[in-house]
Parts: sequence; C-alpha cells; structure tokens
Amino acid sequence: MTLLYPLQSLAAHPARLSPNYRSTLKRSPQKPLIPIRHSLSELTGPVYGHETVREHDNDLTIQAKGEPLGERIIVHGHVRDEDGRGVPNTLVELWQANACGRYVHVVDQHPAPLDPNFTGAGRTQSDAAGYYKFITIKPGAYPWGNHQNAWRPAHIHFSVFGHSFISRLVTQMYFPGDPLFPFDPIFNAVTDEKARMRMVSSFDLENTQPEWALCYRFDIVLRGRNATPMETK
Amino acid sequence: MSNQRPDGVTPSQTVGPYFKYGLTPNGEYEWNDAFTGNLLTPDVSGERIRVEGKVYDGDGAVVVDCMLEIWQADSQGRFSDPQDKRALPNSSFKGFGRCGTDRTGGFAFDTIKPGPVPDPDGKPQAPHILLAVFARGMLLHLYTRIYFDDEAGNAGDPVLAQVPADRRATLIANKGAGNVYTLDIRLQGDDETVFFDV
Repeated sequence: MTLLYPLQSLAAHPARLSPNYRSTLKRSPQKPLIPIRHSLSELTGPVYGHETVREHDNDLTIQAKGEPLGERIIVHGHVRDEDGRGVPNTLVELWQANACGRYVHVVDQHPAPLDPNFTGAGRTQSDAAGYYKFITIKPGAYPWGNHQNAWRPAHIHFSVFGHSFISRLVTQMYFPGDPLFPFDPIFNAVTDEKARMRMVSSFDLENTQPEWALCYRFDIVLRGRNATPMETK
Repeated sequence: MSNQRPDGVTPSQTVGPYFKYGLTPNGEYEWNDAFTGNLLTPDVSGERIRVEGKVYDGDGAVVVDCMLEIWQADSQGRFSDPQDKRALPNSSFKGFGRCGTDRTGGFAFDTIKPGPVPDPDGKPQAPHILLAVFARGMLLHLYTRIYFDDEAGNAGDPVLAQVPADRRATLIANKGAGNVYTLDIRLQGDDETVFFDV
C-alpha cells in the first residue's frame, strides 16, 4: 500500500506560535519551514514486534501491588488513516496524571498526593483492525503557571506512530463537557472547532462495564491517504 | 462507529513537561523504555557512530525537557519497514531511536551511519538521519535532517540544495574524535535550525 500525505491535512494542527500558550514564544521557529518532496525517508516508519509491548502494559490499574485510587475507566477506539481505514499493529503510548491531578514526574510540584499504586504510563499495539484499549484511572485537572489561575482540563497524553515517520502524532485526549475547555490555551490552540472536538472523547455507555467502569471512546485519525482517490458515493 | 471517511486528522498537542516517566524513563522511573538512544544491535553492519548535541530555545537557553526521535536507513540505505521493497526482512537493526534531553539540554544517539537513500526520482540523497523534535511549548513537533560533514554526496543532495546556502550548516553534523558527530538544534533565532514542511 502506498499512501500519500497531503500537506493540507496539517491545517488541523495548532499554529506552532500560539502566544496564549506562553511556552511557544521561545520554542517556535521564526523562519519559514522548507517544503520538500517525500522520499523513502519520510514515507517509511518504524515497525514493532510484540517485544515492545508486554501483556498487561495497557492496564494501568494493575501495575502496582495495590489498586490505584480514583475512578476506573476504559479508554478505547480505533487508530485510522484519513480514509477511515484502521491502522493495524501500530504502537499507542499513553501517559497521564493520577486522579488528583498529579504526575509522578519530579518536576511536578502540584501539592496533590501521589498515588503509590499509580505510575500513569501505558502502551499497547492496535490490532489488525486498528482497535486499541486501555484500562486506567480518570485523571484530575491540575494548575499550571501559564497565567493567573490557569488549570489544565483533565486529559490523557497519547503518542501514536502510524504508517510512516511523518504520520507520527502526539496529542491529548480530553473528556466530554469539561468546564475548563474555554480557558485552556493548549486546547484552544486548535482554532477550528470541529478539529478541536476531535480531541474530545465521547462517553460510551454501550461499552461501559456494569458494576465496574465507565467507558470513553477516542478515535485517532493519522495522516495518510490512499494514492488512488476513493469513489464518491 | 463505521468506516466512514473522517473529517480530518486528530490535531497535535504538546508532549508537555511530564512525558519522561512514560516515554523516556531511562531507569529513573518505574517503567521500561520502549526505545532508547542506542540503536545498535550486536550484528549490525556499518560504521558505528555517535550523534550528539544540545537543544536551545530562542533565548539561547538549553531545553532540558525535549524529546528527540530519529529514523534512518541501515548502512546499505534500506529501511526496516516492508514499505521499503528493498528491505531486508530479518534485519535486527530497526533504525528508530528516542531520547530525552538531560539537565544540560544534551542528547546522544549511538547508531550506524546510514547509506544513501534514493530521492523520489531515484537519484541518491546524501546519507542522512531524520530527526523529530518534541517539547513543552511545541504544539506540533518539528522535522529536520542530520547530514554528515565528511560526505562528498552533500554537494549533490537535492534536499540540501533547496536550503539557502547560509543555513545549510544547521543540518550538518561535524565529525570529531572517536566517530562522534556533533550537531546542536536551535528552535529559534539567528542560527535557527532548518526545519522541513513535510
């Protein structure tokens, strides 16, 4: 399968310089990026065997001796390309704060408790249809220093590979109806509302496990389009 | 959900300041590394090299919370990916590496020097490594390339030819003692690294 990676698809992404997110000011290039044709270097990407992912790496609730505190949730969905086809066998990595909004990272000094039973890291590989699933804890919102009384909406970081090095995506999954949405400069750096809402998971009652865990669906769409255009129906 | 055509790609968001325990734990957190900056496999053929440098922001300050990923061909110019029809299916050299910058903004990859890879017209490109840069304050990662200062092929490389001559040096790693190549990444400023719109 040969895929094309039209540059127009990149329009959905936030501008690298998004001044309301202050850290972009000194970390975004000022000179124009140089367009180049895609060679094999760009059109290929890493492939992983099962050695990269261990059996329970997708369940963040059983990594420690005890169970983590917080609201247990299932997060699942499909990794797809721009034509809607599942991206099979691709690596999906995830990291997040605990239920109190605290990361185990040493730099995080938010005065909320760490959970000795929760690291907040997971990984899995999509199946032949592009489907992936994690079991985790719903992360809490947390404050940050961007502006007075700044709080990040609850989110889970995702890292996904796809078919090539240029389909690589790092994003954040949000939860539906978060009251912090209007105030978050990272979320709102995606200026197109329809594109922004593609980062918001949907509550999935059908796959919510009775007496056990709520479920959220998060489909991830990566760059990559069939070289021969699909028929229009 | 059906296989209907999506409205568009999922937008990118920053990797943030706290990715280390999930993506580059490096023995400092209770999680195993999926990838490291060491791409060498015991049986890999080719010239073993180290590529190292530091990452700087627009103030010239080192970036200590940066994640770098590289993707490259093997010493014969073949990628470990079935999409490269010339790939050697049993090659243990994967060609992918990842590392986080340290407290000095430094990074290092131990790998082999890649062979030349054809451009879209089939003409050889000079040996190069693709580099993706992720960090807090970067809402979308950046792509650049690492070339080598001792490669005669640089003069005829079609990508380098597109780069203004006075900026090409930002893409070319300099060879020092012990097969160590050095290249710093500058996210912004007068000596800003050339990044590609791919």
